[in-house]
Amino acid sequence: MRTGKENWSEYRSESIMAGLLRSGVLLAGVVVLAGGILFLYRYGLTFPDYRVFRGEPSDLRSLTGIAGEVAGFHSRGIIQLGLLILIATPVSRVAFSIMMFLEQRDRLYVMITTFVLGLLLYSMFGVSG
Amino acid sequence: MNVLEFTATIFAGSVAAGFLGALTGLGGGVVIVPLLVIMFGVDIRYAAGASLVSVIATSSGSAAAYVRKGYTNVRVGMFLESATTMGALLGAFLTTRLHPSLVSTIFGIVLLHSAYLSFTTRHSAEEAGEADPLARRLRLDGHYPTPEGEQSYQVRKVPAGYGLMFVAGTLSGLLGIGSGAFKVLAMDRAMRIPFKVATTTSNFMIGVTAAASAGVYLNRGYLDPGLAMPVMLGVLIGSLLGVRQLFRRNTRVLRLVFSVVILFLAVEMIYNGITGRL
Repeated sequence: MRTGKENWSEYRSESIMAGLLRSGVLLAGVVVLAGGILFLYRYGLTFPDYRVFRGEPSDLRSLTGIAGEVAGFHSRGIIQLGLLILIATPVSRVAFSIMMFLEQRDRLYVMITTFVLGLLLYSMFGVSG
Repeated sequence: MNVLEFTATIFAGSVAAGFLGALTGLGGGVVIVPLLVIMFGVDIRYAAGASLVSVIATSSGSAAAYVRKGYTNVRVGMFLESATTMGALLGAFLTTRLHPSLVSTIFGIVLLHSAYLSFTTRHSAEEAGEADPLARRLRLDGHYPTPEGEQSYQVRKVPAGYGLMFVAGTLSGLLGIGSGAFKVLAMDRAMRIPFKVATTTSNFMIGVTAAASAGVYLNRGYLDPGLAMPVMLGVLIGSLLGVRQLFRRNTRVLRLVFSVVILFLAVEMIYNGITGRL
């Protein structure tokens, strides 16, 4: 049986986790929507082509590139920033889980969770070209 | 069709996909990819990229609600995420190597299989087999709220579940879907985790799994903002509406109609893949 204290700590962690996920999605949605409105305003009457895969320009593929696009107030860059916030949401949840397991002194799960975070960061920063 | 009309149409289609995906429990991804590929002629790589971000949005949004209610088993989720993220990285890597026709064919087969899974009745949890000592060592056993109070459960067949999760992750990264049906399969049928816990924990894991391949997708230029924008917003809104409907009315007829749609999309994806029309 778990003690009341453990129960409470778990409940609090789960509440924080839920808040983290919800606010991440909300923020991402707002940024994507704002970028989307600007995008439609600027390019609404042009013609899209997604039949042939060309891949995105390099400015929309990397963190530094996207940062530059956002600074220049480019609509596609702002949408991409929203997507980055969205991708970062579960990543931050994993980072928070590490702290949670640290607090519970659960060494095994600190290791497992750190491994997952490592894979996520590798996907974000380690794969290029 | 100009960008304005294109965006509006894609948005409407995404709302429908998210709605049906939530109603049937299949998720929006498996519907939106074939819709984009078949109806709008979008390259499957762009379609997978747009679908993947919508998957992160819907799963994170609904995971928040279930974590708070205490259904989600965070330890099971975290442990199995080590398998799904490894798989997702492999899948995303494969996407950049395999021919789009092959990816389309695999998509169609997976679609058929998950539709089949979601429409067959589940086995009861009898002949559950031995409790897995590995589950005890990993502290996976848990408890969840039921109308009769907290119910505890034991987790079985950990290695089998872990292997299936790796496959689920690979399919997620390869096809740009959440592969929730596969994740539930692994937890419900192999590990014998209660269905409610399995579905909510699967939802909890989907966002992390998708994030693992989303990084690769972004670096390879699969994430197009103009396409991802209406898809993400549409699927998110559609699934919120769908979840609400789920508790309101009998969804039998809708599910039946949906299964026909799924069947059509799956056959079309396989046909397109084999004839190389993509």
